[in-house]
Amino acid sequence: MNGALDVVLRLLAVFVVFLTFPLIVGQTEHKVMAHMQGRLGPMYAGGFHGWAQLIADGVKFAQKEDIVPAGADRRIFQLAPAVALLPYLLVLLAIPIGPSEGAVGQAVDAGIFFVLAVMGVGVLGSLMAGWASANKFSLLGGLRTAAQLLAYELPMLLAAASVAMAAGTVSLPGILNAFQWWWLPWQIVGAIVFFVAGLAELQRPPFDMPVADSEIIFGAYTEYTGLRFALFLLAEYAGIIVLCGLTTVLFLGGWHGPWGADGLGWLWTLLKTAILAFVVIWLRVTYPRLREDQLQKLSWTLLVPLALAQIALTGIVKVVIS
Amino acid sequence: MPDPTAVAVMAETGSARTAGNAGTVVAAGYFHSYSVVGLLAVVGVLFVAVAFGASRLLRPMVPTPEKILTYECGVDPVGEGWAHTQVRYYVYAFLYVIFAVDSIFLFPWATVFADPRYGATTLVEMFVFLGFLAVGLLYAYKKGVLSWT
Repeated sequence: MNGALDVVLRLLAVFVVFLTFPLIVGQTEHKVMAHMQGRLGPMYAGGFHGWAQLIADGVKFAQKEDIVPAGADRRIFQLAPAVALLPYLLVLLAIPIGPSEGAVGQAVDAGIFFVLAVMGVGVLGSLMAGWASANKFSLLGGLRTAAQLLAYELPMLLAAASVAMAAGTVSLPGILNAFQWWWLPWQIVGAIVFFVAGLAELQRPPFDMPVADSEIIFGAYTEYTGLRFALFLLAEYAGIIVLCGLTTVLFLGGWHGPWGADGLGWLWTLLKTAILAFVVIWLRVTYPRLREDQLQKLSWTLLVPLALAQIALTGIVKVVIS
Repeated sequence: MPDPTAVAVMAETGSARTAGNAGTVVAAGYFHSYSVVGLLAVVGVLFVAVAFGASRLLRPMVPTPEKILTYECGVDPVGEGWAHTQVRYYVYAFLYVIFAVDSIFLFPWATVFADPRYGATTLVEMFVFLGFLAVGLLYAYKKGVLSWT
């Protein structure tokens, strides 16, 4: 009975994180972007610096008419937002936030493998939406999503493999247990490759050509309205949480910190994740959008070779010290 | 790690009497972790279903022919939505499939390669593997397929 209660509490915790953290990142993005551009951002909803803006947005989205275009592939069109969103919920379960046994939703043996595989499913949502909308903008967006998938998935896999080599395990808590501070400089190239590839997976600027609002309207999401559109947005921000959390766990040592790792380890995880999320927002304000072929070039001529070099370096160092 | 399917068979048939005890425990842990993942998936599906259901009750539903017309910036749509486009990156798709399938094998290897009993053998293997990838990439680069045509 205790075991069942424990599982229920864990699922509840993961679910609450899944529903609140993306909103916090979204609100931060509103405010940070605004201040970086010399604006104030939302100021009215909720009274204090517009803190309730996204809640108001959610209420608005839920009341909007849900339109399925006459030409669309109805079932697929309606299902796509759920396919885009749910994988990130599942990944959250496997991310450890503290040093103790219980500080992870559920320790999954296949860790990295599970996480990368499940994250890959999320992209299907965009592809489904792009194809099922029967709209030329959406089709172009879907094609760009597919092209993007080819560019980032490989460097991401290779960079993650480098960490698995360093730790000698693919389990996420296992990697954190093996972590030493000097892994930071050792794996820094892999970390950057992983983070950049992750940005491309999330279709965040500067890699937002699949949604490119100023040229193909909103890509695969052009025909979406109301709640279904909101779920796509939620998926994007949940994706930011997942990407930053994973980068933290794999490359930045998760709950390890200069001090207080035992009691306050979870705080280190949250802090590192928050800083990375800030960087994601910062990059959006700073860089212009790349072209799809520029991303391919960046990936195949820079990220993949860098990731391979990182694997070579990891292998040599690991064999020398063991 | 024991082979999960073999362990599962042992656990299911209940033939794990002698040496199988540890195996049964591992199998229980293995299935437990994925059953929690499955439960969370159920929670997620329920969440989406409830959200869609609730918004169905909240929102208006007055479709008109104009409203459900395919959106093309306000003018009447031209031709079909599923238009023909030139897929310019199919060579990348080949490269990707080949390389990604290769890299999957890195993960099981990564967990054992540093075992001192292997010595430098695994390291040499790694360079053979990386060499294949690098030569393939270099060839593709030389052929000019890494630039958009």
